[in-house]
Amino acid sequence: MSRAASAPPLIELRGITKTYGQGPAAFQALHGVDLCIEQGDFVAVMGPSGSGKSTVMNILGCLDVPSGGSYLFRGVPVEDLSRNQRALLRRNYLGFVFQGFNLLARTSAQENVELPLLYRGESAASRHQLARQALVSVGLEGWGHHTPGELSGGQQQRVAIARAIVTRPTVLLADEPTGNLDTRTSQEIMELLTRLNRELGITVLMVTHEPEMAEFAHRVVHFRDGRVERDEHREEPA
Amino acid sequence: MFWSTLLLALRSIRRNLLRSFLTVLGIVIGVAAVITMVTLGNGATQAIADQVASLGSNLLIVRPGQRLGPTSASAGAPNFKLADAEAIQAQISSVRTVAPTVQRGMTVVAGARNWSTSVTGSTNAWFETGNWTLAGGRLFNAMEERGGTAVCVIGETLRRELFGSQNPLGQAIRLKTFSCEVIGLLNSKGQSAFGSDQDDVLVLPLKTMQRRIMGKQDITALRISVKDEAAIDPAKKQVTLLMRERRKIADNEDDNFSVLDTRQITETLSGTTQVMTTLLGAVAAVSLLVGGIGIMNIMLVSVTERTREIGIRLAIGALEREVLLQFLIEAVVLSSMGGLIGVVLATGASIGLASLMQVPYLFDPGINMLAFAFSAAIGVVFGYFPARRAARLDPIVALRHE
Repeated sequence: MSRAASAPPLIELRGITKTYGQGPAAFQALHGVDLCIEQGDFVAVMGPSGSGKSTVMNILGCLDVPSGGSYLFRGVPVEDLSRNQRALLRRNYLGFVFQGFNLLARTSAQENVELPLLYRGESAASRHQLARQALVSVGLEGWGHHTPGELSGGQQQRVAIARAIVTRPTVLLADEPTGNLDTRTSQEIMELLTRLNRELGITVLMVTHEPEMAEFAHRVVHFRDGRVERDEHREEPA
Repeated sequence: MFWSTLLLALRSIRRNLLRSFLTVLGIVIGVAAVITMVTLGNGATQAIADQVASLGSNLLIVRPGQRLGPTSASAGAPNFKLADAEAIQAQISSVRTVAPTVQRGMTVVAGARNWSTSVTGSTNAWFETGNWTLAGGRLFNAMEERGGTAVCVIGETLRRELFGSQNPLGQAIRLKTFSCEVIGLLNSKGQSAFGSDQDDVLVLPLKTMQRRIMGKQDITALRISVKDEAAIDPAKKQVTLLMRERRKIADNEDDNFSVLDTRQITETLSGTTQVMTTLLGAVAAVSLLVGGIGIMNIMLVSVTERTREIGIRLAIGALEREVLLQFLIEAVVLSSMGGLIGVVLATGASIGLASLMQVPYLFDPGINMLAFAFSAAIGVVFGYFPARRAARLDPIVALRHE
């Protein structure tokens, strides 16, 4: 928090609310969330289901828009941005990893990883090169020509992580990245995320409901009933 | 951006071959059906026009009575005289030639064989008005025409039935009480537009026919060949006026003869086939429509998968317009590929069926373009609009679409 005076924090939420539906059927998922995240952090968001942790994640990722409050990304209010500007923000600064992987079916791992580069207008040669490197860094060297159907869950999630980091994003948002994986594979994925955070300086924001996975984070934010219940900072694991 | 989007679209088509194939199938069948039907219809129309033309070019046929058809010996209407033919030839300048004709069906005999045929008595002008050509021998000479000699020219069918493999020239054919010598053989003309065999014919000099068979000087029809097509209508009017005068018909009386031109026959018959073509085309258009509904169906079925795909693309930073452009290109490429395959298939089917049905194959660029454009439009509309709906969703909604 000492840097806050010189530069705005990477991410700042002020009184964010989110309501689904309208009228009497309306459901308020977030009741005014304030959150500040600094560059290079590794944050785990925890909470029981329905606590609003995924909602806040989607808002942070510009996949969803809040009903009220303000979201500042590097000091820029995101609610003032157009649809296209938000898409460009995702393209240039954010990377996503989902619980359900969300890879394109019948598309090779290599092509899946190349996809964000294609939208960035990279040349074919550099797309190929960068995607290969990304696959190597997640430990999938030589698996590039396999389609998601031919890969295990852990491997699919690695492809998804490779796709998320191939553009060297500022923030990696992971929504239950280990939710569909067994314990051992989960450990490997978490080690991979830790390494990316430490070596590439990518800020990692991760939603999880498993305390063992939250162990890897420097900071754990607990949600309950659409509010931040507890915010614990930890010592970096040795 | 366009090229990378084109690349995306092509990749997507290649990756979903089955879905692409099913989408295209409806278009292929629809386009092929419409084009084939219309092409065959046009071919049939052309075939009939050709057959009518083989009756003779720029031909007027004058018959007694007002009924159209082969048995037009309407009660009360007098036949013509040779002088009528001579008057038309002499007084109407646009007339090339006039063939006074008497016709009767009868059984003819050669050796041990007999055959029921149409016996015509006329002059050499008859061959000209009917566009007949000789396969062998000769036509009548002036002496034979004047003197009513027992000679005849026969058609291909009659030759086959009476003489088989023998050379008919110089042979004798018996008609009732007399026999005549075959001096000429006509080239085959095939079926007429009315389905009768034009080659089943035996032609005698007019005098011979009148004296030896009919026993009177009457002429039952005048076949008039007009010099050029533009002159047909005026010639028709002039012939009508002249005949009314010669047959002494008062101004308030109707004609007791009819003047028919081959163009009129062509129009009547091709009118019928055009109705058929329209009808077949309409049925085929329904199949194109059904094909379109098939496309719509496939697109809607795949919309769940595609909506998630759109969600993924949006999440990793695609702009709405990039996603839409990709889907638009996909739809255009698929539909035009389908249209193209349909056109190729239709060309093959049309050529095959045309030869099977013995009608000429006529390439109709209009219907090809129309069917192609229609199929492309269907594909684009049904491929694009569901995608547009999806691309306007918030990415998270698209991602969660089930």
